Amino acid sequence: MKSLEDLKRIREEAKKKMTMRLDDEQKYRVVVGMATCGIAAGARPVLNELVEQVAKHDLPVTVTQTGCIGRCSLEPIVEVFDREGNKTTYVFMDAKKAKEVVERHLMRDEIIEEYTIGAAE
Amino acid sequence: MPDIAMHLLDIVFNSIRAGAHLIRITILDSESKDALTCRVEDDGCGMDEATVEAVQSPFYTTRTTRDVGLGVPLFKEGALQTGGSFKLTSKPGTGTLIEAVYVKSNIDCPAMGDLAETLVTLIQADAQIEYEVNYTWDEGSFGLNTREIKEILDGVPINEPEIILWLKDYIREGIKR
Repeated sequence: MKSLEDLKRIREEAKKKMTMRLDDEQKYRVVVGMATCGIAAGARPVLNELVEQVAKHDLPVTVTQTGCIGRCSLEPIVEVFDREGNKTTYVFMDAKKAKEVVERHLMRDEIIEEYTIGAAE
Repeated sequence: MPDIAMHLLDIVFNSIRAGAHLIRITILDSESKDALTCRVEDDGCGMDEATVEAVQSPFYTTRTTRDVGLGVPLFKEGALQTGGSFKLTSKPGTGTLIEAVYVKSNIDCPAMGDLAETLVTLIQADAQIEYEVNYTWDEGSFGLNTREIKEILDGVPINEPEIILWLKDYIREGIKR
């Protein structure tokens, strides 16, 4: 059973990781659309998978949330921004695809063409 | 929306967008009373009477990306469909209270869903917002106060991935019967 005491240990681990990450500039920013359209289409498990994988692999990546991206019929939508501001838009996402985006795009810099908005249209 | 936790996520995002600093989420889940009450109170910008009416219509939204807003209407319909009730009160500059009561034994009553994932998704969205969560059932209750958590965290942001993952497990264990 977890108690608030355990949180102190996690806090120390998080502190160590944060200092390491500061030296290492954030490489990607990942944005998940979390409006009614996104949530209804399954954005919550996508977001949670991204957060979990980023923590697991300790990646220099920030995961954030936004409202309606404007293409409701293509939700869940995940946008990946690199340091130069280039954007890749992934559509019809699910937790499994999100894991793949982490492993291929965020870890190996490989854009997964077949999940992009370009391939869907 | 497949379950109540998903509705809740959607509804609380309205509070976040209303600029709330403190959001109180109360769930009373009682088999003996055959009722599940889901209440969200915020100190956001609030709404005037006309807006309170308007948000209950699917043809109202504040967003500019499209013309319909289904969050509140879906939440309301879901509760009313079970023979339950719905209440929305608000005051500009003070905040908003939204409450849906579901009749648990009704065939249309949705499942609770993954409340832990909904809560950590909200906490992850904006580390500045404080949450007071209380989940009560017939035999027990679980409470979470982000201010208390932040005190323990001693400067580590509450939405660091490691903290979010820990909180998810902590909440899951806390609400398990």
